[in-house]
Amino acid sequence: MTDPAQGRRIRVRGQVQGVGFRPFVWSLAHDMGLRGTVANDAEGVLIHVAGDALDAFETALSGQAPPLARVDAVESTPADVLAEGFSIIQSGPRGADTRVTPDAATCADCLEEISGSGRRAGYAFTNCTNCGPRLSILRALPYDRANTTMAGFDMCADCAAEYDDPRDRRFHAQPIACPACGPRLWLEPDHDGDPITATATLLRAGAIVAIKGLGGFHLACDATNATALATLRRRKRRPAKPFALMGSLDMIGRYAQVGAAAEARLTDPAAPIVLLPMQGDALPDGVAPGQARLGWMLPATPLHHLLLRAVGRPLLMTSANLSGDPQVTDNDAARRDLAAFADAFLMHDRDIARRLDDGVEAIGPRGPFVMRRARGRVPGTLPLPLDGPQVFAAGGELKAAICLTKGSQALLSHHIGDLGSPLTLADYTRADEDLSDLFDHRPEAIAVDLHPAFQSTRLGRAKADRLGVPVIDVQHHHAHMAAALGEAGWRGEVAVGIVLDGLGLGPDGTMWGGEILMGGYGAVTRAAHLTPAPLIGGDRAQSEPWRNALVRLDAAGEQALADRLFGHHPLHVARRMVGGPQAPLSSSAGRLFDAVAACLGLCGDRQSFEGEAAMALEAVARPAALYVFGWDGQVIDPAPMMRALARDLDAGRDVGEISGAFHAGLADVVARAARQVATQAGTRTVALSGGCFQNVTLLTLVAEALSDLDLCLPGEVPPGDGGLAYGQALVALARLEAG
Amino acid sequence: LSHGGGGKAMRDLIEDVFTSVFAPPGMEDQARLSHPALTEPGAQLAMTTDSFVVSPVEFPGGDIGKIAVCGTVNDLAVGGARPLWLSASFIIEEGCEVALLRRIVASMAAEAAAAGVSIVTGDTKVVGRGAADTVFITTSGVGVIPPGRDLRAEAIQPGDVAIVNGVLGNHGAAILAARGDLALTTAIESDCQGLGHLMEAVITAAPDTRAARDATRGGLASALNEMAEAAGVTVELDETALPLHPEVKGMCEILGLDPLYLANEGALVVFVPEDQAEAALAAMRGTEAGRDAVIVGRAQAKGPVPVTMRTAFGGTRIVDMLIGDQLPRIC
Ligand SMILES: [Fe+3]
Ligand SMILES: [Mg+2]
Ligand SMILES: [Zn+2]
Ligand SMILES: [Zn+2]
Repeated sequence: MTDPAQGRRIRVRGQVQGVGFRPFVWSLAHDMGLRGTVANDAEGVLIHVAGDALDAFETALSGQAPPLARVDAVESTPADVLAEGFSIIQSGPRGADTRVTPDAATCADCLEEISGSGRRAGYAFTNCTNCGPRLSILRALPYDRANTTMAGFDMCADCAAEYDDPRDRRFHAQPIACPACGPRLWLEPDHDGDPITATATLLRAGAIVAIKGLGGFHLACDATNATALATLRRRKRRPAKPFALMGSLDMIGRYAQVGAAAEARLTDPAAPIVLLPMQGDALPDGVAPGQARLGWMLPATPLHHLLLRAVGRPLLMTSANLSGDPQVTDNDAARRDLAAFADAFLMHDRDIARRLDDGVEAIGPRGPFVMRRARGRVPGTLPLPLDGPQVFAAGGELKAAICLTKGSQALLSHHIGDLGSPLTLADYTRADEDLSDLFDHRPEAIAVDLHPAFQSTRLGRAKADRLGVPVIDVQHHHAHMAAALGEAGWRGEVAVGIVLDGLGLGPDGTMWGGEILMGGYGAVTRAAHLTPAPLIGGDRAQSEPWRNALVRLDAAGEQALADRLFGHHPLHVARRMVGGPQAPLSSSAGRLFDAVAACLGLCGDRQSFEGEAAMALEAVARPAALYVFGWDGQVIDPAPMMRALARDLDAGRDVGEISGAFHAGLADVVARAARQVATQAGTRTVALSGGCFQNVTLLTLVAEALSDLDLCLPGEVPPGDGGLAYGQALVALARLEAG
Repeated sequence: LSHGGGGKAMRDLIEDVFTSVFAPPGMEDQARLSHPALTEPGAQLAMTTDSFVVSPVEFPGGDIGKIAVCGTVNDLAVGGARPLWLSASFIIEEGCEVALLRRIVASMAAEAAAAGVSIVTGDTKVVGRGAADTVFITTSGVGVIPPGRDLRAEAIQPGDVAIVNGVLGNHGAAILAARGDLALTTAIESDCQGLGHLMEAVITAAPDTRAARDATRGGLASALNEMAEAAGVTVELDETALPLHPEVKGMCEILGLDPLYLANEGALVVFVPEDQAEAALAAMRGTEAGRDAVIVGRAQAKGPVPVTMRTAFGGTRIVDMLIGDQLPRIC
């Protein structure tokens, strides 16, 4: 026994559990000849270490951390260290090992292994501490094999040896597997030979195959095969919504423009879909009709790597689900629900415990931002600029996501989906239970949207009743603004928010959505807004853009053009609905995009999916001199813009230029309005948020116009309703602090 | 018509317009009633009351008088009661045309006769202009539930079949069109009708009928939500099976309304065990009010919400209880 030596007690904070951090520390200490211990606890990783070169050791802790680790802080204090050698202290059965990291794409080492000739050559379920499934296979806490869908697979002796060896990169890799002991792949209907090869043959021949992935089933086909694409669109009854694509970096480069920022996101362990401008060779139009960008992702699992390699062409990968329902996750449901879509099923026997969609990201003017936070990003946490009691935020309705706060950390959930589907609603409840358990969450307040009929509002209120905690109502666009401010770490007194969005209920009972707000986390005032227009037929105005075009043209005195463009609709009835109960007023910017798109002949009669018209409008936009909007210091009036647009339409001007002039005009007027409000309020901070800022053209124009101010732009928190809960939580925290 | 506090003009009016039409003549301040069904051991008395306000008071397919009789008769019938007697109380706005009142009262008398009920007592008040809208009617009804009959929503079990008697939303659509402010041209008539005979036929053909509810204000969606909630089941509707008049469908599309929430005055939903569904359906189709009866859904084990709908595209949607107005919520 050695004497206690003067050493250090080192606390490591961040995402340091379940990512191979302890074995990394163990190896590092061994290599440097240090003595001590390393353990997980509730706050992260705790190291006691003694020996020489402790500064170098500390530096290496963050500098050489394993790929999935994120070191937020290394705090070191002198301490006596009583230890011989260096060892990993195991945590108890329900100790601190409760952290679960997001699912991570196959690492380079595993990729090399499946491509080599070892025992995992060609094995579709290869993974290690640095990669592989996590949340998607988790059934219960703590995160160990018995609580995952790997429980039924007994480790073989070889795998067990790796699992127990701190020097091995599979030390304590819970989903460790090999062909001798792990999950098995097969193709239905039955076939001879290797299922990957057989699937590739089918795909190359134009078949549609349902493929069981990490977080759910996909429908896949050869993305270069126009006939297969048309068949898939017909079977899915999905005429126009863009499909996502999977390719290698080389393949993607052939069809799309991949800048450095995009490549960094594509190769991130989260392996999201990244929207990339089309460039080079063209894929059939059926991939994404009328779009200028395509959604690409890299293979995220060995299965997908092997399959893509065998096919040798980009694959179309779309979530497999019944219309409006969430993605199918289990084999029997796939056989039943997908029979009408798929010619074959590539199945395996590792269950999916949690449904997780593919994430979607885009590259904005100042770097990437998340459009759909999903697989690979949860349950990661985000920092909050406020601290306070634990809060649960219930989110929105169509792109529901929840947010749990603890101290200054927020757990913003994955995209759960449209709560109008009972299956998605069940997922929502499940996500609440899971994440609450994972985060050991005991909320002292529940934040909900003002809209009383959102399922999330109802469930949030019910949860508050159950727990006996207060409900905090948060106006939709205030939450959007707070989300952008919060992500930027803003802590000031007053900021300005440009919130361009679909719809959210305002405190005055009308629907808001084109707002310049002024204030902070606790409260805002509506400093300016778009001239309200009636939503003819309420929610119908969302699916039929001509209704918005009609009211905006009429308001601009362009009735004759409306008659000409939309005379095949019952305009006399629609016009008489104005002022009545079926035509509530709205300042929505999203509906203004719909109106302009409809005037240009883009999806005027009907949109087949949410955002179709606005996306089509952005896709055609070309740089053009702006249309001037009205602006009187309080109201932003689209009428002058509509009149200019009507003149140009009559003159036969190119729709791309008209779209460009609209984008430029809207960006100009909201930027001018925000600047004026900011000056009055004595602030330099402007936050951009709301679903319309998924439009990169608009985001870029507004950001350029305000580039001299301090801008808060969406990043990891989606600008749309997927980020709403994060903003709701911030508003709640601010109100709780204010008492 | 001018209002006078119980003066001669008023008495003449009551005499002339009301008493002569409603039986029995020579009505006292209270009706004195006897009926053999009341003496049957185990029989239960059923009683209900409802106030009727509708604008306009006359519309294609009916008028406020017809609704006032049908609504109360139907509230008794869906509980398994045989409707016997009604009372009718009128609040009349000063200036209401006597001819209109006569038509309304005649319509009530005809509907009561068809339903086999007697209007045995009543009251009238005339109020100043603006204190009422033309005429308001309150009807109360009394009926008898035969021994052994016990229809209640709590009895609905997973597997039970939901049947509606005919097209949905016609009443709500007819009223909207009749208001005229939307310039809707349509031939849609209100479905206003009595459901007493139909209920007797269903219960006879399907003796284990669990429960029935008339889908009045709030439409089928509201009726089903209440029933499913009470029963602790989830009802799944089949969108493709819902009986809708094409014009109602078209009107809902332009107005942005959901026909599941439109009011009906002669539509009901009845739950029967699966093995009696065919018999119930046949019996309903044999009645005037049930010619277009159809199975629209099924009770299932309780899920996250009381009512869902399998859509024409194969997905499922939640069919909510309305909170307040139909606020837009697609964001
Ligand atoms: Fe929103
Ligand atoms: Mg009633
Ligand atoms: Zn790996
Ligand atoms: Zn093995």
